[in-house]
Amino acid sequence: MAKRIDVSDVNIYYGKFLAVSDVNLTIQPRSVTAFIGPSGCGKSTVLRTLNRMHEVIAGARVEGTVALDGEDIYGAGVDPVDVRRTIGMVFQRPNPFPTMSIYDNVVAGLKLGSKKISKSELDGVVESSLRSANLWDEVRNRLSKPGSGLSGGQQQRLCIARAIAVKPQVLLMDEPCSALDPISTLAIEDLIQELKTKYTIVIVTHNMQQAARVSERTAFFNLAGIGKPGQMVEIDDTDKIFSNPADKRTEDYISGRFG
Amino acid sequence: MPDRDSPLRDAQRSAGANGHVPVQTPPIIDPNPEVTMPDEPVDELSVELRAGGVAETAPGHLVGSAQPLGVDVSGPGPVSTAPAPSGSTPKRPGDRIFSALASGSGLFIVVLVVLVGAFLLWKAIPAIGDDKTNFLTSRIWSVGDRANSFGIAGLLWTTVLISVFAMVVAVPIAVGIALFVTHYAPARLAKPVAAVIDLLAAIPSIIYGIWGIAILAPHLTGVQNGLSSGLGWIPLFKHHNNAVGTVFDGGVVLAIMILPIITSISREVFQRTPRQNIEAALALGSTRWEMIQLAVLPYGRPGVVSGAMLGLGRALGETIAITIIVSTAGNGAPFDASLFGKGNTFASQIATGGDALFAHPGPFIAAGLVLFVLTFLVNAAARAVVNRKTVS
Repeated sequence: MAKRIDVSDVNIYYGKFLAVSDVNLTIQPRSVTAFIGPSGCGKSTVLRTLNRMHEVIAGARVEGTVALDGEDIYGAGVDPVDVRRTIGMVFQRPNPFPTMSIYDNVVAGLKLGSKKISKSELDGVVESSLRSANLWDEVRNRLSKPGSGLSGGQQQRLCIARAIAVKPQVLLMDEPCSALDPISTLAIEDLIQELKTKYTIVIVTHNMQQAARVSERTAFFNLAGIGKPGQMVEIDDTDKIFSNPADKRTEDYISGRFG
Repeated sequence: MPDRDSPLRDAQRSAGANGHVPVQTPPIIDPNPEVTMPDEPVDELSVELRAGGVAETAPGHLVGSAQPLGVDVSGPGPVSTAPAPSGSTPKRPGDRIFSALASGSGLFIVVLVVLVGAFLLWKAIPAIGDDKTNFLTSRIWSVGDRANSFGIAGLLWTTVLISVFAMVVAVPIAVGIALFVTHYAPARLAKPVAAVIDLLAAIPSIIYGIWGIAILAPHLTGVQNGLSSGLGWIPLFKHHNNAVGTVFDGGVVLAIMILPIITSISREVFQRTPRQNIEAALALGSTRWEMIQLAVLPYGRPGVVSGAMLGLGRALGETIAITIIVSTAGNGAPFDASLFGKGNTFASQIATGGDALFAHPGPFIAAGLVLFVLTFLVNAAARAVVNRKTVS
């Protein structure tokens, strides 16, 4: 149930401001694609266009096509709500719903669209999602406790469980470990390795080692120049990007000679 | 894993990050370099000397120079930035003045409330003692030169009924307006709508009273008749044919009067819903209404409750509009649970006291005391609701 994403000729705007220009890339199913690059170059912005979360910001818009297995998610008549149910997202800061229990957090997405699901079915999804997120053993005895009572790393895994409970085709992760300690980071990275057997995963990260560890493909973004929009410099196999990148700018960045 | 003899190595070195995960922390980064300063006595001394204005004008302080950290700490005026030993934090004049002002204001309001309560008790207790009927259960209000008979049963019921009714009408509308302004309306519409709602709060209650009885109430008789013909079997909606100046009329006007406060507080909290909660809901594929249920309402609930309670507090004490709109039921009239009946609230009973208010203030103050306690209880309840943990 993983799908491929083709991004073609995408320009991303905040109002009149062109934030990222001319992005073309392909994301393979059942693999991890990492977006790396300096702050402010538009990695997260590009990520957010992949599930139409970009447009929730007032004035934000996208030009070009983003095709999910050939179907343009920006096409006429496509409901962004449906897109987001197909393409899940995990954010930089763990954001479980603060007033909800662990259990309710996991099933929050399932209850949308006023679907009626039996309690036993919900129980099953809660367990399988939490198991997939490697969190089940830690929380199985306190499912009715608030999700906000967990540690940061546990909260992030709860958010991953919440995202995969709705069985998305694609999972987008926006710097999922940047607010976490090294141990929790390791747990999430292991989890990503397991999840990629089922899902298409795109991860934005500032940590180049993390990109090297978890991803098959890496896309490097930077700013075209001061005051100019962000751009994608190149996308290639991760090994190649980190050993012998085609573009001088990529090499400068990953070797620390940037800017 | 990529080749180790690659630019990655450079990246590791320059970024100060470690190759194979996180367990080792990079030693380069010092969390807070300034903390090391006290290790160097020379620096410390120079810090002290730089803050020297104090030392010069008050040489006595130099006595403590064997323990440099302690010196400036005891001095007045701007002092060194060196960390003070725990337990002996110095007070600077600005701090002292401001803290005195702030504590004074805090104390003032507490004393004020206590004094109001004490005054009410002091005046009310003798009056209640002289009451010729049961203060709590009687529905009679007869205060004059002869022996006084007065009870609050009727007043309490009407006050609570009209206020709760107003709140039940106002809260859903206020929440709706607040959601519209914060999450539905385009920006150029949101501001004017919010301003118009706030303007409602600026209308004097006497205007509401006149408008309510002269213009609104005649239009409400149809609604009342309709409600009571369908639901008349419930005591609350018992039929009163074509009555004007009812509790219902007053409640509707009260609802409009408390709308602004509930709306503006709800608006504030809805606006502050953390972006991350909203995005969490949207990214799961929720529609706007589902997002509001998942993120906005749970976050804003305590704010809505406190707004509602502020509104209820205002409704309980509202005087002139109620006095104008709601007709009195007649002294000692039998109990009538209906919204379409008439009656007096505490405030309107006191306001219509006339000469007796000055000749025999005791009974009225006793009624005021009950209103005071009622408002107090409402506020306490609101506080309890707001503080309650939202997840069991």
